[in-house]
Amino acid sequence: MSVLSMTGIRKAFGDHTVLKDISLHVDKREVVSIIGPSGSGKSTLLRCAAFLETIDSGEIAYMDRPAVRTVNGKAVYEKDLKPFRRDFGLVFQNFNLFPHYSVMKNVTDAPLRVQKRDKQEVRAEAEKLLEKMGLSDKADAYPCELSGGQQQRVSIVRALMMNPEILFFDEPTSALDPELTGEVLKVIKQLADEKMTMVIVTHEMAFAHSISDRVIFMDCGVIVEQGTPRELFEGTRKERTRQFLQNYNQAMGVREQDSAPEA
Amino acid sequence: MASGLGETCAIFFLTLIFAIPLGMVVALMRRSRFKVLSLISGFFISVLRGTPLMLQLLAVTYGPYYIFGVSVSRNKLIPVVIAFSINYAAYFAEIYRSGIESIPIGQYEASQVLGYTKLQTFMKIILPQVIRRILPSMTNEIVTLVKDTSMAFTVSYVEIFTLAKQIANSQTSFMPFIVAGVFYYVFNFIVSFVMRRVEKAMNYYTL
Ligand SMILES: Nc1ncnc2c1ncn2[C@@H]1O[C@H](COP(=O)(O)OP(=O)(O)O)[C@@H](O)[C@H]1O
Ligand SMILES: [Mg+2]
Repeated sequence: MSVLSMTGIRKAFGDHTVLKDISLHVDKREVVSIIGPSGSGKSTLLRCAAFLETIDSGEIAYMDRPAVRTVNGKAVYEKDLKPFRRDFGLVFQNFNLFPHYSVMKNVTDAPLRVQKRDKQEVRAEAEKLLEKMGLSDKADAYPCELSGGQQQRVSIVRALMMNPEILFFDEPTSALDPELTGEVLKVIKQLADEKMTMVIVTHEMAFAHSISDRVIFMDCGVIVEQGTPRELFEGTRKERTRQFLQNYNQAMGVREQDSAPEA
Repeated sequence: MASGLGETCAIFFLTLIFAIPLGMVVALMRRSRFKVLSLISGFFISVLRGTPLMLQLLAVTYGPYYIFGVSVSRNKLIPVVIAFSINYAAYFAEIYRSGIESIPIGQYEASQVLGYTKLQTFMKIILPQVIRRILPSMTNEIVTLVKDTSMAFTVSYVEIFTLAKQIANSQTSFMPFIVAGVFYYVFNFIVSFVMRRVEKAMNYYTL
């Protein structure tokens, strides 16, 4: 069974077509990474999956239940998307925590208010998850009192608290100082080890290599290539993929040289 | 003069009670995706902010007489409060609007993904942050309102300033104006104090 199934997705902003006939199917327990140059449509793809953008045509289904169909070339959304929203969570690049809520309230408010779950049970689950993410002493803190890495971990807990079938990450470490990316990647790795179904847009190639079952390379609104990390990172036969990885490695090389102490 | 004190307070509090929610209605209309509502609200705001409050007071108080021949009621509190309320609603609406617009789009997106309804998102996520952001500008407007209540004298509504003027005329003394001045000053001192406390109470997080 596909947890998420996107077929023939097209999306344009004005006359700029950003997604050109993209299909993405994610199985249960699968970890998929999406890489590609900036502007290639990775965020837009996730945002379409999360219903933050409306697609022009194509089909979107969660757990084999269609949420968006295409009739006469135009996307038709289900009237009530609520049952589908329960299936996914989204972790944003810049966290988007609620600044006026404490950490505890940030992660428990939606389960209580939206899902109407039992208060005791939700609180216990939140405490467990916060502890797992190394945040047990931050339950009463406000987001402004936390580092970026801590905020991102809270936002991951917030998403997990909804018990989604699939979790989307849009460059979860791009807004962080380099020394803070590790702690967030570690948490995501932990989720991968527990077989959480995830789609991760990332620029962290080594990370994508180590945790993914499948890596997708996107460029200019199309999926150029996809395969196992080995196939993509080591055995690509596509010129565009090779070029992108080469540029990336060069950039990383330069950055490492920059930060290397002078001899 | 003490009798005018109650009248001034009546204008002040009644205006706040009506203008604060009315301003929100106007602000939400202004942001509505229905063009007509947004245009009506924009026009309302620009007229009320673009003409003197004094004129609006006269219009609301005497307008019905000139237009419909309705006799001007002896109790001027009603037209005075109406005029103040719609005028201040227009100013508050602009403050609310800029406050609402200053909330990052990510707050709406996070709420939507978590499954909050539009109403829940506004009431629980957006509004509390808006209130926090607009408090300083609201304090300014409320301080101005205290002073503006004196304009009710233009329709001879007997609040503290009108009384001061009458007494000053009859006694040919400047003293009543000084007393009135002290009154407004103390009133505003209290307003600022209260608002500062409210701001402080909401300062438990930084934006
Ligand atoms: N809301 C929007 N309005 C107009 N253009 C947009 C919008 N969002 C994204 N785009 C454009 O769509 C393209 C893909 O953007 P995005 O999905 O953010 O790429 P990526 O995440 O791969 O960097 C870019 O050219 C971007 O400028
Ligand atoms: Mg992006």
